[in-house]
Amino acid sequence: MDVLTLSRLQFAITSMFHFIFVPLTLGLSIMVAYMETKYVRSGEELYLKMAKFWGKLFLINFALGVVTGITLEFQFGMNWAEYSRYVGDIFGAPLAIEATVAFFMESVFIGLWIFGWNKVSKRVHAISIWMVALATNLSALWILLANGWMQHPVGYVMRNGRSEMVDFFALVTNPYGILKFGHQIVSGYTVAAFFVMGISAWHLLRGNQSSFFKASFRMAAPFALVSVLLVAAIGDFHAVEVAKTQPAKFAAMESVWETKRGVGLNLLLMPDELHECNSVEKICIPNMVSMLAFHTPDGEIKGLKEFPKSERPPVLSVFLSFRAMVGLGFLFLALAVIAVLLSRRDLLEKYPLFLKVMMIVIPLPYLANQLGWIVAEVGRQPWIVYGVLKTSEAVSKALDNTQVLTSLLGFTLLYGTLGLVDIYLLAKHARKGPDEDLSSILPKERMRR
Amino acid sequence: MELQVTWFVLWAVLWAVYFMLDGFVIGTGMLHGFLGRSDGERRVLINTIGPVWDGNEVWLITAGGATFAAFPTTYALMFSYLYTALLLLLFALIVRGVSFEFRSKEESVLWRRSWDYAIPVSSFLLALLFGVAFGNIFAGLPMDATGYHGSLLYLLNPYGLLTGVLFVLLFMVHGSLYVAIKTTGELSERARVMTARAWPALAAVAVVFLAYTKQATQLYNNYFKAPVLFLIPVAAVAAMIVIRIELTRRNPHKAFVASCVTVIMIVATGVAGLFPNLIPSSLDPAYSLAIFNTSSSPYTLKIMTLVVVLFLPIVIAYKIWVYRVFHAPVTVESVLEDKQSY
Repeated sequence: MDVLTLSRLQFAITSMFHFIFVPLTLGLSIMVAYMETKYVRSGEELYLKMAKFWGKLFLINFALGVVTGITLEFQFGMNWAEYSRYVGDIFGAPLAIEATVAFFMESVFIGLWIFGWNKVSKRVHAISIWMVALATNLSALWILLANGWMQHPVGYVMRNGRSEMVDFFALVTNPYGILKFGHQIVSGYTVAAFFVMGISAWHLLRGNQSSFFKASFRMAAPFALVSVLLVAAIGDFHAVEVAKTQPAKFAAMESVWETKRGVGLNLLLMPDELHECNSVEKICIPNMVSMLAFHTPDGEIKGLKEFPKSERPPVLSVFLSFRAMVGLGFLFLALAVIAVLLSRRDLLEKYPLFLKVMMIVIPLPYLANQLGWIVAEVGRQPWIVYGVLKTSEAVSKALDNTQVLTSLLGFTLLYGTLGLVDIYLLAKHARKGPDEDLSSILPKERMRR
Repeated sequence: MELQVTWFVLWAVLWAVYFMLDGFVIGTGMLHGFLGRSDGERRVLINTIGPVWDGNEVWLITAGGATFAAFPTTYALMFSYLYTALLLLLFALIVRGVSFEFRSKEESVLWRRSWDYAIPVSSFLLALLFGVAFGNIFAGLPMDATGYHGSLLYLLNPYGLLTGVLFVLLFMVHGSLYVAIKTTGELSERARVMTARAWPALAAVAVVFLAYTKQATQLYNNYFKAPVLFLIPVAAVAAMIVIRIELTRRNPHKAFVASCVTVIMIVATGVAGLFPNLIPSSLDPAYSLAIFNTSSSPYTLKIMTLVVVLFLPIVIAYKIWVYRVFHAPVTVESVLEDKQSY
């Protein structure tokens, strides 16, 4: 394999691994902050217990998110030097701002939160986890504005052989980036809500501390429902933006080959890239693709054949990932509705099958997040910056195969090991359940007040 | 001041503050098993840096991000030329961070012992690699119109290795002083003795470094042009002597302040000599990566300056506040009492 393929593979592995930890962080930080706020407001120990238990799982997950994030920043220079040189003037800014505005806040306040239980007042302690939640979501904003620029470059001119920023405001208001940010954070909230419900379900099935886990489930269920609805709503507008700015990606997502108006959506469909058509097309909902793309039934969809073969993304993987992501979204919606209904009426324990399902589906929102990124990144190919720079022109010139092969193997081994360690710790602490004994922390906190 | 010059200064400040802050975390990590004789003591060591290590490492991410945003060409070439060295550095950073977070989350002896090896090894690698990298940046990299002509082995030249050893000793002294002020009793005393033992080695290597720099690099050219700059290495040496004096006077807090100044001034010594280069070419000055030929556009630099002026003071303010919240020394009792501790 050549340096380009190896570098792409390495970027895919390292960013997808990093992204196992990010979505949960986005959502669980907010949920833990909410729990602790309820404790500060009501003084009920149940909420303190919740914040501590879910907070511990949050931290085990957070640790790997932090350490694997640095790799991504380094890799732009290490493997994608030509890209970095070509776009650094406009792409470097959001990354540097992310570090200055979000990473400092996140890292300092997480330290305060972990070690500050007896050092600061209850209120300040609760504020510190809110600061972490805010910072995490802010960092998502900046990195997605950066990615949004790669998808739909705005606010730059070509000058001095590179793309130079001329309009910072355009960069930060890029609709592509903003929609992506919205779609992403609520996808993260979905992961977190299903994580909390799934682990609670595991304990409820075993009758462990059922009041604690019922309360956790009841809190997570509406969070899940609202999040899933927002994922779908923002995703819908995001698709319109994609259809407008990246027609080739949109055509691949829906596997549309011929340009026409009023394109229907085939529920069963199989792309055949070799013959540039679909080998299966069944159960058609008329005009649906046009509706999704332009919110009008007779919108004209540009088919893949409009684009030279060298400028089309791989159709099969983009199409399947998109379908699977949307399908999972519908599943989450159904489960979230049931979860809200059952937990509101305190019927969860009457439906062990539902609890089992909730337990089993914990990985699926993670999967949906990864699939979404496959659509976004593979769907942008062959471009690294849509319409401006090809991925093949972006790779570092100074590297040879051996270097990248070595690093790829190194990352795979290291990340594989860390992944196993993390899953082991998460499972261990999730099973253990909350500490019954809060006496070690409570008296001091009372004293402080 | 020209924007590029402003960003050169900011770039230097970010690196210097990073080394000052992560330096003591790296030092504490290197001395992990040497200072911590029992599981309780080793937990104390991790908990002294527990609340701050992540925030300190963000200075590195910011330094990297600032290089990317302000000097994209330097960022691109530096990171791809030093590929394998940076890869090792990344692995060390990842392993170190995970070790702090995971070590005490499981009781088993084998588990904890594994992390007890991982912490000093990764920390030592960090000190050495950063030293080797900056030694080579000070001396310049073999690059010309056709690209880079070095390799990982090339970086391990005598000057690079000397700077590596300097960083190891510097962070060792810096870290053991931090432990001395952040712990109590026997552990604190052990750290004080460790500092006193490491200091002569640091002093000797620092003097050799300053002398060998004359031969191995062009750094002193700027100094002969503007002799006032010599105040920087003089301040570095003076601060280093103050460490020793305050140590004998049993003022570890003042000694720690002096070691902070030492770290900053050693970085400043190198960087003042680099100007206006970020990475000189050791083959032909025409191919040096300088602030004027690798910077971003004035517009980008202006935006970034605005961001830094607005946000960095806020960052510094809450960082100082949090350091004050955690000013008290860590003890074995306080670690055992707190279930959230590492």
